[in-house]
Amino acid sequence: MNILKFFTAGSVDDGKSTLIGRLLYDTDSILADQLEALQSSNRKNDDGSIDLAILTDGLRAEREQGITIDVAYKYFQTEKRKFIIADTPGHIQYTRNMVTGASTANLAIILIDARNGVVEQTIRHSYIVSLLGIKHVVVCINKMDMVDYSETVYSSIIEKYKILAQQLKLADITYIPVSALKGDNVVQASENMDWYEGESLLHFLEKVDTDHLDRSQLARMPVQWVVRPQTDELHDYRGYAGRVLSGIFNLNDKVTVLPSGASSTVEKIDFFDQTLDAAHAGQSVIIHLKDDVDISRGDTIVNASALPQETKLIEADLCWMDTRALDTSIMYNIQHNSKITKCKISEILHKVDINTLEKHAADEFKLNDIGRVIVKTADALAFDLYDDNRANGSAILVDTRTNLTVGALMFRAAVE
Amino acid sequence: MSTYNFDYLDELEAEAIHILREVAGQFEKPALLFSGGKDSITLVRLAEKAFRPGKFPFPLVHIDTGHNFEETITYRDQMVERIGEKLIVGSVQESIDQGKVVEQTGKNASRNALQTVTLLDTIAKYSFDACIGGARRDEEKARAKERIFSVRDEFGQWDPKRQRPELWNIYNGKIHKGENIRVFPISNWTELDVWNYIRREKIDLPSIYFSHERDCITRNGQLMAASPFLNMDDEDVVERKQVRFRTVGDMSCTAAVESDAFLIDDIISEISASKISERGARMDDKVSEAAMEDRKKGGYF
Repeated sequence: MNILKFFTAGSVDDGKSTLIGRLLYDTDSILADQLEALQSSNRKNDDGSIDLAILTDGLRAEREQGITIDVAYKYFQTEKRKFIIADTPGHIQYTRNMVTGASTANLAIILIDARNGVVEQTIRHSYIVSLLGIKHVVVCINKMDMVDYSETVYSSIIEKYKILAQQLKLADITYIPVSALKGDNVVQASENMDWYEGESLLHFLEKVDTDHLDRSQLARMPVQWVVRPQTDELHDYRGYAGRVLSGIFNLNDKVTVLPSGASSTVEKIDFFDQTLDAAHAGQSVIIHLKDDVDISRGDTIVNASALPQETKLIEADLCWMDTRALDTSIMYNIQHNSKITKCKISEILHKVDINTLEKHAADEFKLNDIGRVIVKTADALAFDLYDDNRANGSAILVDTRTNLTVGALMFRAAVE
Repeated sequence: MSTYNFDYLDELEAEAIHILREVAGQFEKPALLFSGGKDSITLVRLAEKAFRPGKFPFPLVHIDTGHNFEETITYRDQMVERIGEKLIVGSVQESIDQGKVVEQTGKNASRNALQTVTLLDTIAKYSFDACIGGARRDEEKARAKERIFSVRDEFGQWDPKRQRPELWNIYNGKIHKGENIRVFPISNWTELDVWNYIRREKIDLPSIYFSHERDCITRNGQLMAASPFLNMDDEDVVERKQVRFRTVGDMSCTAAVESDAFLIDDIISEISASKISERGARMDDKVSEAAMEDRKKGGYF
């Protein structure tokens, strides 16, 4: 059994919370006391049935306003898989939350209201999916019950969406007609849409292949912590603790340590009471090197035959996440894995209107703005391009005045 | 080439180890909040996996309400001895004696709310800048929205509207003086995940997690352990029951469930079939629908 992390984009009006509520409800993932709280709540659907959206509305302010304002994480599991849902609001003012939810997902569900088809927010949500490099996309055409379960309506929406997908270079797309409210094709196959031959959403989510995701062959391990017991019996023990971001480190692999450029060989890999022959992407291990090289937190161990980029000028997509606008005259901290250094946004190349996908020149960056910039860092970063290696191609900006996380960066090119 | 079988427990474990090492790397004076419950016991195992053969870069901190199950304290002391790490105890009784908090009265009196003050005092006394806790997002809907690195102001308050975006696996631990961060490495685990992990790792637990006979009374539809810490009156009928506890908290607010689960396998089948979520056995969440949100804003774990 493995884990599938997915995020859902859509607004309250698309029935997103209802869809998630339906997945939880129909997979028996709602427990008795939660159901009791649900039934005693005042919110009901028009026909008196339970409003499943309440299951994902966490905070009081949201219950009062009836909208989702933050990222909520939900968990359920079937016999085949454990699922982690990042439930994010779809309103334009919450773009930053959507970017946040999308950053850890390996699949995105985009909801389209069958009555409205592809609309401005569909473009916005799909753009964010493409920007964050999510490989699998499921487009759920929801509220099919409101359009008499019509195949014609469904097909014409798909045709429109395909044009958008091509424009955004979204590759792996699956379309499913559903009614979250009535339960059609969410967990159970629908009896109202004989013309649809595909699977229900849950069945698809259970078997979609995630093994190749973020499994770049570029072996990378940022050093988080140096383990040195300095006891009598472990006097010479010196291990580099970290989580392998991508690729594989095998015993005797030749590695390079950045930024110093020192070369060495993998001598031993420890994992608590075991020693391993190899450390794979995702594993948190302790690596020992044959040579006595100077390594500390913030350094990266990489395989010597496929070095990352190393520059102080990087072209990147930026999503601004703070109410205080970007100030190109001040220094921010950039945090890339375990490395933190100072930086400036030295140039704004363009901003993207995420409702129309048009690029235009800009000299300011405000909350929820997305666009292309040049980042100038104090120390060189050892990075890969986001499209090649998501885990080593992303970073955050921190405002040193407030300590808030103010920007998300996806590296697109090294500037020579 | 070795075979590579990385299942969901391996992934959750690797993520938690990564988070613990980020705490070690980013903070000057972190601490691990240890309650004696299965979630913090799991954290201790994860810390061993993150830092052995080295020492933990943080002490364990136990906020002792003085109303603990005896079994919990015995377990705690034996465990600390086994792992050879430092334990700091913050005492609610001391906070009461110093007049910083006032003991609740009445039938539902509990020291649960009082421990917030003791926790904040302990944090201030030792200047802890990060406190690692065993909370999980599946426990409660306010927790479902909390970050893994969660900033508290100098009054210990959580502000759900001012949460920092948390992207990829990058954790921003920068704080101002006086603030601190609560870190939740097992945020993405469910109750069942924790139990499956405990089984896989063969981790010992305090005996109250397993079925045993105990004197209980029924309060607000829930079974409470009869103890000197519970304000009882003539209406309370003491009955001998076969029970176990799903969480380990203050004796005055942790409810038991009737159970014949003597072994961890029994517990896992019981939970898989169960229709009461774990926090459903905590009376402190039942006060109002927004109970957890209010307590978190006030500095609760």
